[in-house]
Amino acid sequence: MAISVVIMIRSRNLFAVIVLSGIYSFLMATVLVAMDAVDVAMTEAAVGAGISTVLLLGALHLCRSDEAKPAHRPWLPLAVSVSTGALLIYGAFGLPDFNNPLSPIHQHVAPRYMANEVDVPNVVTAVLASFRGYDTLGETTVVFTAGAGIIALLRRRKKPGRDGETEK
Amino acid sequence: MLDHFSYIITVFLMVSGLYIVMARGNLIKKLIGLSIFQTSVYLLYIVPAKLVGGTAPIISPQFSVYSNPLPHVLILTAIVVGVATMALGLALAVRIREAYGSIEEDEITRLDNAAEQAETR
Repeated sequence: MAISVVIMIRSRNLFAVIVLSGIYSFLMATVLVAMDAVDVAMTEAAVGAGISTVLLLGALHLCRSDEAKPAHRPWLPLAVSVSTGALLIYGAFGLPDFNNPLSPIHQHVAPRYMANEVDVPNVVTAVLASFRGYDTLGETTVVFTAGAGIIALLRRRKKPGRDGETEK
Repeated sequence: MLDHFSYIITVFLMVSGLYIVMARGNLIKKLIGLSIFQTSVYLLYIVPAKLVGGTAPIISPQFSVYSNPLPHVLILTAIVVGVATMALGLALAVRIREAYGSIEEDEITRLDNAAEQAETR
């Protein structure tokens, strides 16, 4: 996965970058399955690798597919990125260890969710629908706003915008 | 070191996304960098929820150890919101391309400056 990211940084052919980002999404979905997050992996494979690749290709079709050579050397962004990364890694050592059942994430509300109060065997569905319904409300608001924005942006074109289809 | 390996991977992905957003002028490339940044956040949430020897959080009499369902729910929402924002960003890029004939940041700035100078003259 890291390799595909590095190639994505280097490559200036946007078509190759988009295909690589699809591969990256599938790899991410595989990692998520390994991490027991099956629902998230399914969504990532469908949305991340499917819909976003299609959207990117659609946008690419309307734009030029080669990236211009950067005008200036990227030393400043590189320095900022590396120093941010070093700081974050330093901070990460303060976080709980991997696979520690006593870490706070497994202590707070998780046992109550796992007690299966709503009689749905898939706990992710139960939590999503019963305990955190407002999240989904906010999510639909965001998706609606995005869809409305896309339609407003692309309506003045002669042929109907292909990105307008994203409104779900 | 091994206990925090996942965090190091997450930080690497996050930083490379950040680098793409900052260093590259092409708007579509910037959006791809943004989505890499986002996927690193998925990892940051999902990985601590895992317990080795546990299984996916679907209740079943055979299992007693499950991974934590709450991060999964949050990230499920985040993925959909992420694709919605990316679609909006791409629509903006297409619109900019129509107005300026280019999606390179440098070129757009140059055109803007030229227009401004023509105005003041």
